[in-house]
Amino acid sequence: MTDVKTRKGLTRRELLSRAVAAGATFVVGAGYVASTDAAWALETTAIKPETMATLIQMARDIYPHDHVADEYYAIAVKGYDSAEAAPAVEVGIAALNAAAMGKGYADYLSIGWERDRVDILRSLEDSAFFQQVRGGLVTGLYNQKAVWPLFGYEGESFSKGGYIDRGFDDINWL
Amino acid sequence: MAAPFDLNDDSVIVVIGTGAGGGVLSNELAQRGVSVVALEAGGRYLPEDYVNDEWESFGQLAWLDARTTSGDWRVAKDFSGLPAWIVKAVGGTTTHWAGASLRFQDHEWKAKTNYGPVQGANLLDWPIDGAEMAPWYDLAEKKLGVTRTNGIPGLPGCNNYKVFEAGAKALGYEEVHTGRMAINSEENDGRSACQQTGFCFQGCKWGAKWSAAYTDIPRGEATGNLEVRAKAHVQRIEHGADGRVNAVIYVDENGVEHKQMARAVCVAGNSFESPRLLLNSATSMYPDGLANSSGQVGRNYMRHLTGSVYGVFDKPVKMWRGTTMAGIMQDEARLDPSRGFVGGYELETLSLGLPFMAAFLDPGGWGREFTTALDSYENMAGMWIVGEDMPQETNRVTLNHDVKDQFGMPVANVHYSDHPNDRAMRDHAYKQGMAIYDAVGATRSFPTPPYPSTHNLGTNRMSENPRDGVVNRNGRTHDIENLFISDGSQFTTGAAENPTLTIVALAIRQAEHIAGELSRGAL
Repeated sequence: MTDVKTRKGLTRRELLSRAVAAGATFVVGAGYVASTDAAWALETTAIKPETMATLIQMARDIYPHDHVADEYYAIAVKGYDSAEAAPAVEVGIAALNAAAMGKGYADYLSIGWERDRVDILRSLEDSAFFQQVRGGLVTGLYNQKAVWPLFGYEGESFSKGGYIDRGFDDINWL
Repeated sequence: MAAPFDLNDDSVIVVIGTGAGGGVLSNELAQRGVSVVALEAGGRYLPEDYVNDEWESFGQLAWLDARTTSGDWRVAKDFSGLPAWIVKAVGGTTTHWAGASLRFQDHEWKAKTNYGPVQGANLLDWPIDGAEMAPWYDLAEKKLGVTRTNGIPGLPGCNNYKVFEAGAKALGYEEVHTGRMAINSEENDGRSACQQTGFCFQGCKWGAKWSAAYTDIPRGEATGNLEVRAKAHVQRIEHGADGRVNAVIYVDENGVEHKQMARAVCVAGNSFESPRLLLNSATSMYPDGLANSSGQVGRNYMRHLTGSVYGVFDKPVKMWRGTTMAGIMQDEARLDPSRGFVGGYELETLSLGLPFMAAFLDPGGWGREFTTALDSYENMAGMWIVGEDMPQETNRVTLNHDVKDQFGMPVANVHYSDHPNDRAMRDHAYKQGMAIYDAVGATRSFPTPPYPSTHNLGTNRMSENPRDGVVNRNGRTHDIENLFISDGSQFTTGAAENPTLTIVALAIRQAEHIAGELSRGAL
């Protein structure tokens, strides 16, 4: 992990003393988003930390895997924190929050149940922003080598001589 | 030793493309003493260069130049700029292919006769048949070292195959085995045996799978009669006042345009680029493109159904371990209109890594229905449907004058809509495929929509009558006597079998024909 890590000055105590909780999942401070247990933190430069927190939640709601931690979703979307991408992302997340407010919530992150957030996403499914985020996640999330073992996928095997002697036919339940 | 030929040497045969068609043809001509310049748009990659990582390999090998799509096929929505997953490299798509090497069934050479009239289909009999092709298939199987031919044993079955075999046999299917594969089950032809590594689609790093890149190409070059120019992107074919083609214009990797003179030209750029090249070569003498007096150039595009079925089980399968296409069920390849469709299909195991499974399982899909499927990736088995789709005149490659490639040439638009026969066959195959997995305890299964096509066929089809197609029984264009088509675009109909073995057999046969014509002074 290069960009997402626990940094000095981002201890749990320090985070909580400086930050406000955004929804149940994230801590948002000046220029960063962190997990509530401070296992990871992501600094933002071009987009607002609140926007990044919402984007990470949106990513999880699009491709929810309960055994995949938030940091992998954060890695998958951190590329949107750039000067070129930021304006469209701010607009897109604002639309997401507006849709949430239209249903009586304070904002997207404050919606407790996934199914209620997904209802919001469904209503925006055809937007260019949604499709950009969804399409980007296909590679941004699933092409992370660190994610593969969480699904059991072993990646390349050439360097180990293939599976000829390592279980290519080891199925035992048929 | 590669033979350098002069640009002004008008005695050479110019072959455009170096895959199963062009690569084999180039070598077979060179072996017969014919001087050949092969122009390949892609670069040269060998087993040590291949990358066993799906997206990285895709970036290395896939043809990613602009194309556009239209029609009701889902590929036009999900992968609008990527109608095909084929390769831009020396050796072409023989780098990527899975290795399945099947002969056509005899009745498939005469689809119009044997299927009868099919409304909306532009069926036609091939001007050649199984008996005529048998000796060429013999040579092709020897060249490729196909398992279960010539005494070569079949490959061992991997986990994905074992699930498939158990399910298929439980349903009563009988023709179930690990395939006729151009993948070595033992050392052969100076190449390693399969090490069950997976990543067959990304180029075989062991060289166990036959590819023109490291067999026919270097062997042709070793004769001194073949010069392969990599990263030579052909723009158009030129002709003289006599109507015969006489030169090929291409751009090299430095962007410099060259003109290679030619005695004859053989086009083998796959079923999109071959018709596109003929259309982009239009002149005042040939205003509709080269060899297009029939109006059939670009038409009758076929793609072999290409749906998939994935099944999820309550225990691990680890389908990615071992040969990607590890086995086949052929019982449904027969002609039996009582099933509600003409033609037949093969079911062949297939596996994708997690990155490509995420991209292809249900393109555009999201939410828990999608992600719970991927959560079971380790417990998943997969198969691919290869079936005969109907040729339709309106399924076609045309020039899109609104979109230009990096050289300013109009790109190919690929239009495809399913024929009702295609839908009926695919639905049948989905049902049988899911039944196969259900028979061994699948808890869930997925009828996955077609991927970008790898089997691209039929856009310069072979016909007895010049009115019905583009090339004659030797792949020679009806209109221009020194212009040949040498790839899968010459397929009159697609049959149910993976096309590479037939492309190779036709290329060997065409080499014999061209060499014979040259020796008679007729070309």
